[in-house]
Parts: sequence; structure tokens; C-alpha cells
Amino acid sequence: MPDLVIQAKQLSRHFGELKAIDKLDLNIDKNRIYGFLGPNGCGKTTAIRMLTGLLKPTSGEIQVLGLSLPKDAEKLRLRMGYMTQKFSLYNDLTVKENLQFIAKIYGISGTAQKSRIDELLSIYGLNQKQQQLAASMSGGQRQRLALAAATLHKPDLLFLDEPTSAVDPENRREFWEQLFDLCDQGTSILVSTHYMDEAERCHKLAILEDGVKRADGTPEQLMNNIAAHVVEIEAEGLRHLKQQLVTLPDIVTAAQLGARLRVLIKNTVSDPIGFLEHHTDIESNKFTIVRPSLEDVFIACTGSSRQ
Amino acid sequence: MIKSLYRIQAIFLKELTQLKRDKMTFAMVIMIPLVQLILFGYAINTNVRHIPVAVVDLSQSALSRVLVQTVAATQVVTFSEQFYDIESAHAALEQAEIRAVLIIPQDVSQRIARHASVGFGLPASSDEETSRPIAQWLVDGSDTMIAGAIKGLRNMPLAELLSKPSNRTIPTFEVTLLYNPEQRTAVNIVPGLVGIILTMTMIMFTSAAIVREREHGNMEMLITTPIRPIELMLGKIIPYIFIGLLQVSIILGLGYMLFSAPINGGLWALFCITLLFIAASLTLGLVISTIATNQLQSMQMTIFVLLPSILLSGFMFPYEGMPLIAQYIAEALPATHFMRLVRGVILRDVGFTDMLPDVYWLSLFTIAGLAIASLRFKKNLD
Ligand SMILES: Nc1ncnc2c1ncn2[C@@H]1O[C@H](COP(=O)(O)OP(=O)(O)OP(=O)(O)O)[C@@H](O)[C@H]1O
Ligand SMILES: [Mg+2]
Repeated sequence: MPDLVIQAKQLSRHFGELKAIDKLDLNIDKNRIYGFLGPNGCGKTTAIRMLTGLLKPTSGEIQVLGLSLPKDAEKLRLRMGYMTQKFSLYNDLTVKENLQFIAKIYGISGTAQKSRIDELLSIYGLNQKQQQLAASMSGGQRQRLALAAATLHKPDLLFLDEPTSAVDPENRREFWEQLFDLCDQGTSILVSTHYMDEAERCHKLAILEDGVKRADGTPEQLMNNIAAHVVEIEAEGLRHLKQQLVTLPDIVTAAQLGARLRVLIKNTVSDPIGFLEHHTDIESNKFTIVRPSLEDVFIACTGSSRQ
Repeated sequence: MIKSLYRIQAIFLKELTQLKRDKMTFAMVIMIPLVQLILFGYAINTNVRHIPVAVVDLSQSALSRVLVQTVAATQVVTFSEQFYDIESAHAALEQAEIRAVLIIPQDVSQRIARHASVGFGLPASSDEETSRPIAQWLVDGSDTMIAGAIKGLRNMPLAELLSKPSNRTIPTFEVTLLYNPEQRTAVNIVPGLVGIILTMTMIMFTSAAIVREREHGNMEMLITTPIRPIELMLGKIIPYIFIGLLQVSIILGLGYMLFSAPINGGLWALFCITLLFIAASLTLGLVISTIATNQLQSMQMTIFVLLPSILLSGFMFPYEGMPLIAQYIAEALPATHFMRLVRGVILRDVGFTDMLPDVYWLSLFTIAGLAIASLRFKKNLD
């Protein structure tokens, strides 16, 4: 069994009546990128705040890097980096001043500080921007600055809360390249997202909904173990067909993709094509069983509340 | 330990850089003492002069005209109107066109002749007659300051009125005015203003300091770093110590140039007590900033402290004249203790050691404030 960097047992956090996180169990491997995938308000930030020692859990146990939280939160600080969802560096300081400030807070001084900052500036392509105020940078540049700051003291464990929400696909790719580089150098990473393509890049991920973990595993495992068949239908009158199908209890969802309708059928149905033929008047050659995508997994796991 | 100092320095430099970029705040650092000093220095004047008054001269004699001139010569009042009956004078008083009316009776010459303050050998008259005043003042008594100034005219000398040597009674007490013999208000106001302006700016700046980090979302990042609450607090207040000292220099320097407000005491003692008071005000601001959840709240709390500091600290009204309960409240305010210290040093050159109770109190306040702020500051988001 590989080393675990994060272990949480029956972790819960309530805000009054609301259960923001409900009985969450987590086992996160060392030296891997682990993802939290979930819609807005599902509790990603709340979970990360508990795992960084910023919020006290209502109940449950947390072990991060062998330290039990929230008791040893202070010891954890030197060994972890946290990139908050909202930009939390100083808008009225320049890129370089922000990095210098963080370096000093972590006790990195003199030539060590200078070389580390120069290194980060070139890794994250901020060399040209070092005299620019953080406030005047683009979303993507600010995100890179935040990542640079979070990794400045070379933490063993990195928490990234929706790091790419303001970044275009091109820059997002690059950002993930950098995450894999960090991972290669031995950093364990926990990242939250609501983008499927991003979730698919993680070594492992957990799908959260309403504070509850609906599924976890590698993306492949999740796609293989999906509790539904995915069928694409190519036909006329898709709007009408969709209306008709979603009323059936065995259909999880149906979503139109251009000229095709992508239908998720519960895997309690053993013969999905036959099932569809039976319920529609379309010939069988219009149906294709396709490989499930992560989005299908996501919809299949989180669908329960929609019905 | 070294790391700790290093982190304090990091916060300190960061605050300084932010302050440098914040032109508005920086301007306020200079403008607040400047404007306040000029306003208070020129506007607050307890020596009331040139109060607009009217005269109702019922005697219309040469003597009555000389009497009016003599009163006008004191410069306490200016006769801006003249009425021929008391009713119209009353109406003018009601309209607040004038603040008082001098009513000169018909028999003013007889009254003067018999008056004790002039009193010369006329046949002895009855006591009742001699004790009759010469004329009457009707005063709008709502403003006690103006009423007081006119009351002060009650015993004005009238000798020159009759070109007679005065035989006023020898005063019971001889009064020697120390420390401010010319009785200039600015002499007392300028040192007091140091306390008021420091209370205002120091509490205002620091009370916003931590709240601002929270509002801008920086706090979530800061508390995941190894910084300790006390380091954060110290790093936050040190830049403002320099700002406070700069403001004190502006007030005292300008006070000396514009109002010749002297500094009689030692600069070293002045520096020490000012530093102490700045520290006390800053920690009070820090405590506020750990209670307030946004900058508006921190502002309101600043005003909550500022108002009693202006009214009760002895800046406006003498401490001794206040009711006991107000004195107790005043004792709790750092400004009260500083007011005593700074006036002592600047006006009376009191030695540092003679003011130990106030010094101890301010030191205690600072330490307690710093401890409370650091304890209240939690490194989590609960
Ligand atoms: N301090 C708080 N007080 C009360 N409720 C809170 C608090 N913080 C979060 N919540 C609630 O907990 C739930 C989970 O919030 P959280 O911020 O963890 O969601 P999230 O998954 O990070 O969402 P997003 O994708 O929008 O960032 C939400 O319903 C939110 O309203
Ligand atoms: Mg969030």
C-alpha cells in the first residue's frame, strides 16, 4: 500500500442546519494529483479548508502528512501550500513584492530568496511582469502568480481550490503541465474543479454532491464502473424524442449533442438497444453504444437528486 | 526568534509599500493634523470678543454716550444697534440679531455719582441707593460662554468716565497666571490637539488594518502561513508609529510657527510619552479590528472611542469640572492620561518621573491591548 498524505474518516462540517460536508472518507496517495469534482456549493472549499486546518470539523478525524488536524495545524503550515479559490495575494503589491513577502514569511532570505524567486518567475512566465501590480494582471497571470506563491517554500502537499476558473483552455493545459512537473518533483496535489477535462487529468478523483462523496477512484475505474449504459441516437425529431425518453424511470438523462442524442440508461436494463427499440419507433442501426465519458459518470452519480 | 523578527519585518515592509501606494491615506496622514490644527487654533477661542449687542439709552446724556464708548473700548462687545424702547430691543434679542442689550436708565448720572466704584464725597445716601447699579444688561443666556463674557463686565472700572482717579477696592486675591500668562487659548489647545489627532488617526488606521485583509480575502492566505498572531500585530503597528511621530512633529512644529505655542519641556520626555500614547492607541485599534467584521464597523467603533476622547479627556473641558461618572469614563481613555502628560511636559516642563501613574497606565493599556488582540486573533475561519 502506498503512503497516504491525507486520511479523513467520517469527516463532517455543518453550518447550522446545512451539512456542507457529510461523513466524508478520504484516502489520498502520496505523489499523486487527486481531484474533487463537484458543482457549485457541493462543499469543495469547505473540505479543503478542513484539510488545511482553517476550519474545525464538526466531527470526524483528519490526518494530513501524518499530523492530526486541527490540533497540529501549525506544524502543517510549513509543509503545505494553499492556493485559495479567490485570489488572496495583495493586489496593491507587484508580482515581485508579493513573492518577496511570501518568501520572508516562510523565512527564506538572502540569495536563497533571490534565486528561488527568479526560478519561479521563469517557470511561470512572469519575468516580464515582475514590476506589475497584481491588480492589473489578467486572470491567467494572476493564477500563475498564486501558484508560484503557493509553491515558493517547496511544500510536500499542495491544495489548489479551483485554480483554473479564470483561465482559457490553452493556459489551462499549460497550467496542468506545471502541476505534473510539480508532481514529478515529489509534490502531492489536491485540486478542486468543476471542469470534466480537468478532472480527467487527475490520477484519482472524488465526485462530490451536496457534501456527500458519490464516487471515487481513477477516471478509468469510474468510467468502467459506471452504473449506466451510454447510447447515442442519430435521428430526426430529437427534441421530441428526448421529452419522451426522460419520462421513463430507467433513463438517467438524455442530452442533445448536435444531431445526436446521448442517453444514459440504468444498467439494471440488460439490453439497452432492445430497451430503446421497444420504447421508440427508431430502427436499431440508429443506436450506438459508446464508451462512457467522465461527464456521464458525473451525471450518473449525481443524478439522484434531480429526480 | 530571528525568524520571528524576519516575519515582523516582512509585514512591516508590506504595510509600508501598501501605504506608499495608497495616495489618499498618505495625504490624510499629512492633511488631518494640518487642517485640524489650523481649524482648532483659529476657531476655538475661549476669550470671547466683539459680541454684537444693542443699547437702549433712556437718558440720552453726554455721560451715557461716554459710558457706551467705555464699554465698547473693552472690545468684549460691539454696539451694532440702537433702540429707543426695551420692547424692540427684546425683539432683536429674540431674532438673535444681537446677543445682549445694555439698558441705560434715565437717572444714570445720579447713579454714577453715587456709585461705590466712583464714589466721591457726595452726601451720604442710604445703602440702598449707593448699591444701585448704573445700568442693566439683558443677555441671551443660552450660550454660557457669551453670558460669562458679559458677566465679566459687571465690575469694569469706570474711573475714566468721570476723569477721576479710581478708588476701586483693593482686590482680595492677587492672581499670578503661570505657564500661559497672556491667556492664549492656542497654548493649551495645541498640545491637547496632539492627543486628539493621534487618537483619531492611529485608531482609524490600525482598526482598518486587519479588517481590510479579511475583506480583500488576504486573510485566508495569511493564516495558512507560519506567521504568529503577535508577529502580525507588531508588523502592522510599527509603520504607524512612524506616522504618528510625523504627525506630532507637524502639529507641534506648526503650532509653534503659527500660534507660538511653546514647548517648555524636554524633547526626550515628549518623545517618550508620545511613543507610549501612540502604542496605546494603536493596540486599541488592533483590538477593534479583531472585533469588527468590515471597515464600516471598524470606523464606527473608532468614532465611538474618539468622541469621548475629545469630550472627556480634558481637551475641551477641565477634567476636574466633570461629574464623577464622567471622570471614571475619562480615566479609562488613553487620551485622558496623555492629555495630562503632554500638557505637563509641554507647558510646565514636568519631569518624566513625576507622572509615573499616567505612564504606568498607558504602558499597561498597551500590553493588555496587544495581548487581547493577539489572543482574539484566531488562525482559522470559524
Ligand atoms: N461560513 C459559512 N457559513 C455558512 N454556510 C457556509 C459557509 N461556508 C460555506 N457554506 C455553505 O456550505 C456549502 C458548501 O460551500 P463551499 O464553499 O464549500 O462550496 P464549493 O464546492 O467550494 O462551491 P464553489 O464551486 O461555488 O466554490 C454551501 O452551501 C455554502 O453556502
Ligand atoms: Mg469553492
